Amino acid sequence: MDNVFLISVIKFVTYVAVVLLAVIILGWVERRISAFMQNRLGPNRVGPQGVLQIFVDVIKLLLKEDIVPKNAYKPIHDLAPIISIAVALSTFAVIPIGNTIELFGSQVKLMIADVNVGILYMLSITSLGVYGVTLAGWSSNSKYSLLGGLRSSAQMISYELSMGLSVIGVLMISGTLRLDQIVLHQARYLGGWLPAWNIFLQPVACITFVVAAFAETNRLPFDLPEAEPELVGGYHTEYSGLKWGLFMLAEYANVITASAVITTLFLGGWHLPYVEGLGLPAFTLSILQVLTFCVKLLLVILFFMLVRWTIPRFRYDQLMRLGWKVMLPLTIANVLVTGLVLLVI
Amino acid sequence: MVSNGKMIREKNLTIWQKAYIPEIFKGLRLTISQIFKPTFTYSYPEERFKPEPSFRGRPVLVQENGVERCVACGLCSRVCPALAIEVQASETELEKERYPIKFEINMVRCIFCGFCEEVCPEEAIVMSNEYELVFTSQEEAVFGKDKLLKSTEELKDRLEFLRNHR
Repeated sequence: MDNVFLISVIKFVTYVAVVLLAVIILGWVERRISAFMQNRLGPNRVGPQGVLQIFVDVIKLLLKEDIVPKNAYKPIHDLAPIISIAVALSTFAVIPIGNTIELFGSQVKLMIADVNVGILYMLSITSLGVYGVTLAGWSSNSKYSLLGGLRSSAQMISYELSMGLSVIGVLMISGTLRLDQIVLHQARYLGGWLPAWNIFLQPVACITFVVAAFAETNRLPFDLPEAEPELVGGYHTEYSGLKWGLFMLAEYANVITASAVITTLFLGGWHLPYVEGLGLPAFTLSILQVLTFCVKLLLVILFFMLVRWTIPRFRYDQLMRLGWKVMLPLTIANVLVTGLVLLVI
Repeated sequence: MVSNGKMIREKNLTIWQKAYIPEIFKGLRLTISQIFKPTFTYSYPEERFKPEPSFRGRPVLVQENGVERCVACGLCSRVCPALAIEVQASETELEKERYPIKFEINMVRCIFCGFCEEVCPEEAIVMSNEYELVFTSQEEAVFGKDKLLKSTEELKDRLEFLRNHR
């Protein structure tokens, strides 16, 4: 019992440290990569290649004055960024970053919370994310913030539907809500050579899920809640200092979490194809699988950044039309087709 | 696409273009290819922009054989739209008979229009290629003759440019 508790604590502390550090580093990676895409250099002065730039920025945010508008509702104004960051970080708890690994003489599952409703937990927590944005918009008592908050609530609710429905396809073929089981289900081969990742089994669900993930994380083709030309800063217009910083961190944490979920559900999670036959020692294999997960995660994050500088922002009516008239029928059709195929097989 | 105030929609799209997703990947490929292209950025303090002779930097007085060409006619001062130039004439034993005992350009007022250079009958005031002008006080921004004088060798490119293009 004590051993289990100790392992949980170790897992939790490592997780928080690694993810928060990754979130901060990602801010620098994004700025640098964006700069290269635009033939610029990006921050390269503080520390080697500018890695420390983002730490300096965070220190600056810590030292800044926290300005709350006179007519803002202060308790909720303070609470909103906390909701945003907490929600963004807690989804990661159910993501398996590797298969079981042997530590202190016992088998340890490389995920924080081994819950049997992993997918449901993930969907419900991401849908809480809308509260942070909406409450921030409402409590600021400013029209731009309010419009940003309203837009985001409409957008997130519309795209949550297609997000949930596209997961159902994955759910049907793997027959479980546990994320580690879903990954294990993908660690097979189709016809002996093609890894049975859900991107090959459920391509439509993969595309719709990725689009919905972009909308849920308020990333660029769908970043209407903070569309600068229209809404100043959107829901965080009236925020400053550390509270604004928390929103920024929440955005990057959301990107990491969404990428992790995409990796787990569609890209085979920690599954590294064609290494089972090599007869590697168990520990080496576990480490290799964790590294595989990290590489896949990084590639998906880079994809997020690429899309940001490739596709222009959608208009609001286009966003709603895509959500309700394209994505929703497509996901429902996908569920039906998957059901029929499973019935026939 | 909007032209003449009318919305124009492309009608003859292929099925692949209508599906939108292949087009997205084309766009992504373009974005990726940009990553490996050279950047346009100057890493400023180490790597500086070297202006062409046609560049209009801060105005300077041309110094030939140790003496300024200026004859203190005051035309530059009259033409200056920002009233940045102040000239005080005095007599000299030299052939030109007049010289400026005081020549001041207030660099806070100067708008780098180049009228002084254009109006000067002696080609005595020209625009240099210096663009780094930082002051910590108003007084420091008033450049006297000590800071304005520059030899013909230093201004060779600009003088040549002026002869060819005027």
